[in-house]
Amino acid sequence: MLSSRRLVLAHFWLAFAAFGLALLLGAWQMFIRSPLHTWISNPEWYYRSLTAHGTVMGYVFPTLVAMGFGYAISEVSLKQRLVGLRWAWAGYWLVVVGAIMAMVPVSLGRASVLYTFYPPLIGSPFYYLGVVLVVVGSWIWVALMSVNLHAWKKANPGTSVPLPMFANVAGSYLWAWTAVGAALELLLQILPVAFGLRSTIDAGLSRVFFSWTLHAIVYFWLMPTYIAYYTIVPRAIGGKIYSDTMARISFILFLVVAMPIGMHHTFADPQVGAGFKFIHSAFTALVALPTLLTVFTICASVEIAARLRGGRGPFGWIKVLPWSNPIMLAVAFSFVMLGFGGAGGLINMSYQLDTSIHNTQWITGHFHLIFGGAIVIMYFAIAYDLWPHLTGRALADLSLMRTQLWLWFVGMIVTTFPWHWVGILGMPRRMAYFDYGDPAVATQAFSVTLSAIGGFILVASGGLFILVLVRSHRAPREDAGAYRFAEALHAPVAVPALNGYALWVALMVGLTVTNYGFPIAQLALRKDTSVPAVYVGANP
Amino acid sequence: MTTHDHIDEGARVAERIERRWATLSVAIIVVLAGMAAFAGIHQATMPQARVETIQPQTIHLTGEFIESNLGSAVEPDGSVTVRAVGQQYSFTPQCMVVPNDTPVVFRATSPDVVHGFLIQKTNVNTMLVPGYVSEIPAKFTRPGEYLMPCQEYCGVGHEGMWAKVKVVEKPEFLSMIAANRRVTCVE
Repeated sequence: MLSSRRLVLAHFWLAFAAFGLALLLGAWQMFIRSPLHTWISNPEWYYRSLTAHGTVMGYVFPTLVAMGFGYAISEVSLKQRLVGLRWAWAGYWLVVVGAIMAMVPVSLGRASVLYTFYPPLIGSPFYYLGVVLVVVGSWIWVALMSVNLHAWKKANPGTSVPLPMFANVAGSYLWAWTAVGAALELLLQILPVAFGLRSTIDAGLSRVFFSWTLHAIVYFWLMPTYIAYYTIVPRAIGGKIYSDTMARISFILFLVVAMPIGMHHTFADPQVGAGFKFIHSAFTALVALPTLLTVFTICASVEIAARLRGGRGPFGWIKVLPWSNPIMLAVAFSFVMLGFGGAGGLINMSYQLDTSIHNTQWITGHFHLIFGGAIVIMYFAIAYDLWPHLTGRALADLSLMRTQLWLWFVGMIVTTFPWHWVGILGMPRRMAYFDYGDPAVATQAFSVTLSAIGGFILVASGGLFILVLVRSHRAPREDAGAYRFAEALHAPVAVPALNGYALWVALMVGLTVTNYGFPIAQLALRKDTSVPAVYVGANP
Repeated sequence: MTTHDHIDEGARVAERIERRWATLSVAIIVVLAGMAAFAGIHQATMPQARVETIQPQTIHLTGEFIESNLGSAVEPDGSVTVRAVGQQYSFTPQCMVVPNDTPVVFRATSPDVVHGFLIQKTNVNTMLVPGYVSEIPAKFTRPGEYLMPCQEYCGVGHEGMWAKVKVVEKPEFLSMIAANRRVTCVE
């Protein structure tokens, strides 16, 4: 059993507890602004809830999953005790303290600025400091992943780094650099104003800083899911990884091109010129490449499993897949949602089409489908797969797990499809209520109601998920054996470029500088565009 | 030995299929980027190209966004310019009027926080960022009333920040503008 199992369990339990609470807030928001409820008497409550939901789901939950899973990957795939266990606990407690520090002012209504910060709106400095602590805690994880890899490389010179660890470290480097954009915004712009040292802020510049983080963070959320696609799914269903090399290329591509594309979030912004908007749009198209490659490799890996089980014909093999296996079910659901979400994403990143759905409910529908759907359903799968090895007790009730996954899938579709639809009709985001009495809005009432019902289904599924995990702690002890990841069909050959990161990290930093350096410098040098801060809640 | 050959052969086939798919993926992406470039050159709806700044603290006092200059104005070439300001938690003017089948340019900004500028059922959709001027060209083809919500969180009153755009037939618009230098729905 893992020597770091307590550490991994602590990360997962905190992640899923926070997720459960934020899920309830999300469903409450869906309900309160739907026609099922009368207008909320104090909209401020809605924005408190929205800030908490976004902060937990965006910063706390996926970060903890990536950290916990990362520690497990390091120990299992390298077959080496985790180096720096104490530091790992320090990182964990920083995340705990940071999350609490951020949530207290939010629940008091002193930081209803949403997780995207939106300066010149300024909330309590403790909210931002809390977020900074969460990020600093995760940076300890980044450093530890690097340290563990180097310790292993020293002991195993010339050997190919196991794929799970290779991907895991790529993800950690991606996150370290992704977080820098928001960190610059917080440290240089927001915190000085929140502490009252300065009174004005350039909102245009802060939007550019935040776009640096805002897009690539999605790929950080995605990393555990992609690692699970490649290294858990084939093993769980009795197959092999079709191509270890292509997997490595995909993870490297994410590392290099996830960053210099964030300005597609500012297509509609007046502070960025056309040239950089187009460059970022073209680079965003590039980031579809690793996903297209992954879809092929995973489908091929799944097909290998089916052929080994005696599957025949061009499509007949799909029937013989182990559909009663929750991991098989999860990856199928995940792919369906990834397909729809990805198609929507192509519209968002399009230089022209974006304008018809920018900042409408379409966008909320899109990232809930991608993140809440395709990504989070694989977080469930990761937990189900790892749990017996963490607790030493079996997860017996497969049908409960299948029900949970089905409910999550159905709930996500019922929530997000109508959401996309009202977005096309021009329904704006982040509204505490809508006037369904207005004839132009009345036509959207039915869709919003459907979305709210989807939200309730998701709550039911989230509850079942927690139940499955809690029940496993009471199950009889049972040795699950050594945890292992999937193997490649053809053993990997150690290619230096696909075994290290120096070149790729240099490219990542270089491309970020070329794609962001000029716009940031230009905006930072302007003196006439800053506005006085607008404090939210009580006085600072 | 035969097994070894067999594995090599398998690996070669696997690699060939994989390379084909990778080539196809790259082709898809090149086509997408090419389409965007083509549509851009041929004047489809485009993100704002030019960056224009303005002193956010003094827009009420001086320049084109003073109150008496807000609303619709006819340019010498017959096109219409609509100037608007978004602030917590309303737009000025609250109801804009524009003629049908005429090139219209919206020019708008914000003196306080970030707001959104979206006219439902159209492609008019942009951000208002304090310190910068947003400019959106448009042409309406159906008379009627359009809702114009703020689509960006701008504070706790955000959900109440809705304006309207009224599209009228050209002669009606011209008679309105004959009596006034700047027009809105409510006079």
